[in-house]
Amino acid sequence: MSFPWAKQYTPTNPVMKFFDEKLPLPRLVYDAVGAGYPVPRNLSYMWNFGVLAGFFLVLQIVTGVVLAMHYAANAQVAFATTEHIMRDVNWGWLMRYAHANGASFFFIVVYLHIFRGFFYGSYKAPREMIWLLGVVIFLLMMATAFMGYVLPWGQMSFWGAKVITGLFGAIPLVGEPIQIWLLGGFAPDNAALNRFFSLHFLLPFVIAGVVILHIWALHIPGSSNPTGVEVKDESDTVPFHPYYTAKDGFGLGFVLIFFAIMVFFLPNALGHPDNYIEANPLSTPAHIVPEWYFWPFYAILRAFTVDFILPAKLWGVIAMFAAILIWFFLPWLDKSPVRSGHYRPLFRKFFWFGLIPAMAVLFYCGGAPAEEPYVMFSQIATAYYFLHFLVILPIVSSMEKPEPLPYSITEAVLGSDEKAVLGDNTESTA
Amino acid sequence: MIRLISIFIGLGFTVVVLWAFGNGAYVAATEGLGEETAEHAFHEHAHGPEGGFKHDGVFGKWDTAQLQRGYQVYKEVCSSCHALKYVAVRDLAKLGYTDAEIKAEAASLSVPGIDPDTGEAIVRPGLPTDYYLSPYPNDVAAAAANNNAIPPDLSLMAKARHNGTDYVYSLLTGYSEAPSALKAEFPEFETPEGLYFNSYFPNLNLAMAPPLTTDGQVTYADGTDATIDQMAQDVAAFLTWTAEPTLVERRQHGWPVLGFLLFATILAWLAKKQVWSAVKPRKEAQGLPDGD
Ligand code: HEC
Ligand code: HEM
Repeated sequence: MSFPWAKQYTPTNPVMKFFDEKLPLPRLVYDAVGAGYPVPRNLSYMWNFGVLAGFFLVLQIVTGVVLAMHYAANAQVAFATTEHIMRDVNWGWLMRYAHANGASFFFIVVYLHIFRGFFYGSYKAPREMIWLLGVVIFLLMMATAFMGYVLPWGQMSFWGAKVITGLFGAIPLVGEPIQIWLLGGFAPDNAALNRFFSLHFLLPFVIAGVVILHIWALHIPGSSNPTGVEVKDESDTVPFHPYYTAKDGFGLGFVLIFFAIMVFFLPNALGHPDNYIEANPLSTPAHIVPEWYFWPFYAILRAFTVDFILPAKLWGVIAMFAAILIWFFLPWLDKSPVRSGHYRPLFRKFFWFGLIPAMAVLFYCGGAPAEEPYVMFSQIATAYYFLHFLVILPIVSSMEKPEPLPYSITEAVLGSDEKAVLGDNTESTA
Repeated sequence: MIRLISIFIGLGFTVVVLWAFGNGAYVAATEGLGEETAEHAFHEHAHGPEGGFKHDGVFGKWDTAQLQRGYQVYKEVCSSCHALKYVAVRDLAKLGYTDAEIKAEAASLSVPGIDPDTGEAIVRPGLPTDYYLSPYPNDVAAAAANNNAIPPDLSLMAKARHNGTDYVYSLLTGYSEAPSALKAEFPEFETPEGLYFNSYFPNLNLAMAPPLTTDGQVTYADGTDATIDQMAQDVAAFLTWTAEPTLVERRQHGWPVLGFLLFATILAWLAKKQVWSAVKPRKEAQGLPDGD
């Protein structure tokens, strides 16, 4: 949608006029990311990450399509074709390193995007659907990255696939048949590699589809902003172009500098050396660890070490999936009418001194071996993680007294807004 | 209602995981944090030679003379057990060998082939397009000849271990008797018959007999003094090249890319500043309360 003051697309060039009548694609772009889309004037750099995630999705698709031209999904040769890409294909090393590090950067920007949402209450009405679609995208990304990591058919590829599909074996009765059905056999082999490649090729396009829905849903209420106060008037907004195209362009350049440093100078820093050893079903690596972006959830999985009515392994699997699935319910768990953490003194404390340290611990322990004291640390952090979302958020949101909100974005930015009504500073999500 | 259910589920997960924590903490308090092992206490981290390698660092370049020496060590020592199956003889052109030298190198290899007239299996002299295959006909033969351990392919060795170049160097120079402190602390530790103690190998005993045993084991074509340390450095550098022949090229491409990105980002920043200059006072840009 757009606010009533949004600029209208008025083509003057005859070619554009022709287009606008037959297929109003230029109008779509103009209204979506051009001057026809008014956006709050006070967005911080935390609002850059959505566009960055889109950039990395496109980068993954482009580099991935090129890799797929030279890769063969057959357990006999998969590892060798990956080396063929690295050694013989012109610029193959660049494509592969850009793809592998691109996956990491994709996750970095998406994690920041998600935590922006946690802090600023971006999931609250009227933006629930944007949030739900975002969680779907995150789940699809995890599936895509997991299957992509299997493709080079190194030791971590193989053993990672074995451990993760083995999780389904924890489900009572149907677990084992499901595991065999997923893999097409008792252990990862050709059948599994082939279907993972097929799905790994498909899912990014599914993600692209869900991203379109995500942005469509975003354009109905428009972006939130650091104050969380909804747009009231034209003075609260600026047109997306040129204001945010310029800002996003700068943000992209900034992130690409770090990306280039990783790709050209530290391309294997985020990977595991064992994946340069060809898969060997007879030799188990000393420590099986997934890629870094799965570590928090891997730590949660391994935190459940003792049977409690259900077997420990099943608890771990349930908790690992629940850790993400509970995000779906967030809009209804946090009932505070105030969105931004900047105006929520109690919430803010739990966010900075609870959730963030707990996530840091889970990240660290997920990459560490399953030994003490790491397991005990991840148990405490896991307990906090679930308490935070399922217990603390609902309770805090009903007892906290928020700080006074500005009347409008304009008032917040400029110090006054002539339209402000005295005493009307309790803007709610309604 | 949904919040009541949520609190209930949240407390459920918490109770279960804290119960597990309690169990772990009890075990830790009564039995300590697990037993110390010889492999953990006496394993040493790999280190490079003094002065490092010419290819180290972001400006590092290959030392082709060293890579040629390393190739010679591989060819004369390691290749009797280890393959380099991702390296073809033609790849040596990048180390500065001439076409004639490459043809001669290739011809010195024996490669399984097929007699073009009779179709019988034969052994033929190699071609520049041939790879450095394992000297053993199959894994069983390789394991049988090496105390049940298969000598791994070395092409990617320098990337397949943490700090791989240094690891190869340290491993080759790291053979010794098990230190007496180890024997004192772990009396049950032993190096079985046919294995060799090496404090850089993760479980301290490995099946590779020390391959570099005497100074002058190879006679370097360039006259360099072939000490054990020198040979270890040279072959470690060579294996870094086999693991990633594009290493130096990659970094060299990195600089112009970084330069361009830096320039473009500065321009983008100036453009952004220019565009926004009329809109708002920078300081209160987001209009947030103090103290956050
Ligand atoms: C007599 C045969 C033989 C020769 C010659 C030999 N190796 Fe080995 N090498 C082995 C065997 C067997 C193993 C497997 C050891 C194990 O797993 O216990 C091995 C393992 C290795 C490893 C891997 C260690 C690890 O971390 O798994 C490296 C690196 C290595 N050799 C390098 C070399 C180099 C470099 C040379 C030449 C200077 C060489 N080897 C010569 C037999 C040999
Ligand atoms: C959501 C986007 C994507 C993510 C997160 C992702 C992630 C990954 C990861 C983590 C790997 C393993 C990297 C490595 O070790 O080399 C990988 C490999 C691969 N991906 Fe993707 N990928 C994505 C999109 C795509 C697309 C769109 C294609 C093709 C159309 C593709 C094709 C490949 C191929 C062929 C490989 C294996 C080749 C290799 O290992 O070098 N990917 N991917």
